[in-house]
Amino acid sequence: MSAARRKEAAATSGSHAVAHAPDRDALYERMLLVRRFEERCVELYSSGLIRGFLHLYIGEEAVAVGVLDHLREDDAVVATYRDHGQALVRGVPIGPVMAEMLGKAEGVCRGRGGSMHLFHAPTRFYGGNGIVGGGLPLAIGLGLADRMQGRDRVTVCFFGEGAMAEGEFHESINLAALWRLPVLFLCENNLYAMGTALDRSESETNLAVKAASYEVPAWSCDGMDVLAVWEAARRAVELVRDSGGPVFLEAKTYRFRAHSMYDADRYREKAEIEHWRERDPLLLLRTTLLADGATEKDLEAVDARVTAVIDEAVAYAEAGTDEPVDELLTFVTSGR
Amino acid sequence: MTTTAVQETTYREAVREAMREAMQRDERVFLMGEDVGRYGGGFGVSLGMIEEFGEVRVRDTPLSESAFVGAGIGAALGGMRPIVEVMTVNFVMLAMDQIVNTAAALRHMTGGQFSVPLVIRMTTGGGRQLAAQHSHSLENWFAHVPGLRVLAPGTIEDARCMLWPALLDPDPVVIVEHGSLYNAKGPAPTPGTEVDIDRAVVRRPGDDLTLVTYGGSLGLVLDAAERLAVEGISAEVIDLRVLRPLDSAAVAESVCRTHRAVVVDEGWRTLGMSAEVSARIMEDCFYDLDAPVDRVCTQEVPIPYAKHLEEAALPSVERVLTAARGAVGRDG
Repeated sequence: MSAARRKEAAATSGSHAVAHAPDRDALYERMLLVRRFEERCVELYSSGLIRGFLHLYIGEEAVAVGVLDHLREDDAVVATYRDHGQALVRGVPIGPVMAEMLGKAEGVCRGRGGSMHLFHAPTRFYGGNGIVGGGLPLAIGLGLADRMQGRDRVTVCFFGEGAMAEGEFHESINLAALWRLPVLFLCENNLYAMGTALDRSESETNLAVKAASYEVPAWSCDGMDVLAVWEAARRAVELVRDSGGPVFLEAKTYRFRAHSMYDADRYREKAEIEHWRERDPLLLLRTTLLADGATEKDLEAVDARVTAVIDEAVAYAEAGTDEPVDELLTFVTSGR
Repeated sequence: MTTTAVQETTYREAVREAMREAMQRDERVFLMGEDVGRYGGGFGVSLGMIEEFGEVRVRDTPLSESAFVGAGIGAALGGMRPIVEVMTVNFVMLAMDQIVNTAAALRHMTGGQFSVPLVIRMTTGGGRQLAAQHSHSLENWFAHVPGLRVLAPGTIEDARCMLWPALLDPDPVVIVEHGSLYNAKGPAPTPGTEVDIDRAVVRRPGDDLTLVTYGGSLGLVLDAAERLAVEGISAEVIDLRVLRPLDSAAVAESVCRTHRAVVVDEGWRTLGMSAEVSARIMEDCFYDLDAPVDRVCTQEVPIPYAKHLEEAALPSVERVLTAARGAVGRDG
């Protein structure tokens, strides 16, 4: 791993130019950034600086990192309440994201949204949606606007496999297929809808088969292997952009942490978690990078760089101010 | 000097003309909903529009209220100005998540980064023997929610003239059209008439008491006021027409002058629009009141099919008269 390439792999900004081959160093650095960011969030939660619900993406980082590498700046992203990874990888500024977690006026949503509702207009990041399946209709609407205005933009809508039991999934993918809307339906199948296992909530557990019944091209990929996600998402995003119609991609993944900080994680075996940890996306790519000639020292340097970025973000957030209570009713409407 | 005959129109045609004008003025405006295209609209409001504007701008949707209302939200965020028609307010319940959790909340939740310039139209109200799943007046559900504007055009003029300012509003607007009004006939509004979508309006001036109402109940309240005049009671009629933000000042100005008020609302009494209006009268006019505020609402029952039962459930001229006479002390 050359120093020059490492510099290119700017962890916070991300590189959104469409690439034909994955920049493995950059993918590693972005996954590590998300991992370390959330580990820091746990510390801040324990010390009481972050409150409310905190849903961690730890274990699932390969999905956001592998998918979002293929988007252009004018494309759009719709995410779920487990949205830190997508936000950071999309390039939402990390300082304001952390400030939002702390409920500060300098937060990306000025402290109104918190962890579950990160939004950022400049990067066309449309949440952060606290309602399971709630982002799906919004995403097809963004696609409809693009279609009606003759733009070749792509909207990627992330949702969990739990959302596939919601009416919104069926209504939205049906409408997207009928109207040929340029939306990538990106299912992050982490096997549990909160504590309810996939086979206890879906009659058809082959999710791509389910999606394909709407006449939408649909396939699955290994969501723990960022290179596999990258390649599958490359095909998917290209197909959406070229065909103008929807595509469904399932990333088979796993969250290592509980559903949220409130979850005692009683519904799955520790052995199962340990089994999946052997396929930690960071571990897998790290092994590949080391085999390809990177040294432990190189990777330690990445960690140090990422940690410095997070330290700076935390300092920015902690130095943030409280929104004056006089501003409580601001932004409810356009000022009437 | 030449006189031109005043052109007659209907409430239905007025809504259609409003939509046609909006689509002619702004190419970002489009209509979508169940059967708005080839069928011409469940209540015939959009008849002929697919022929005029084509199926790209007049879009028939599947029976997927949540998805197409939510798609309206997304399209608004993407730069369009959608008009989403939902056949009845009862059906909108299926899209409540999108309206309340997304459309209404988005501006605030994002710290002002995004707004949702969306108009959602729907029919409301009973009186047509459609029973308990097509007849309710649930507009108070929307009026409860910060971030929404809720309009209830009760006249042909408002039906014709409220849509354009609603489309100019950067925030989501819900328009409820009482189903029994579509065939109402009257003079077509003068082109260019502007309607204030922030303010209530006095439909009939009076001195002895204030009758507050909106939408489908406006006609029967005006009829009641006419009969009260014969009895020597001068009733002022206020048409709220904007259910959120509620124009409390207009109500207070009138009630503080007449000292008596009856609120007439086709919703249920419990936690309805009339409850809110009554509370505001208490807050704003307590020391000016000469009688308790009374309410005429729909009986607390899912609206039944049989004509006589439905009539017994809904507000009527007789019930308004009884309440008004009571308010002025002539109930003996």
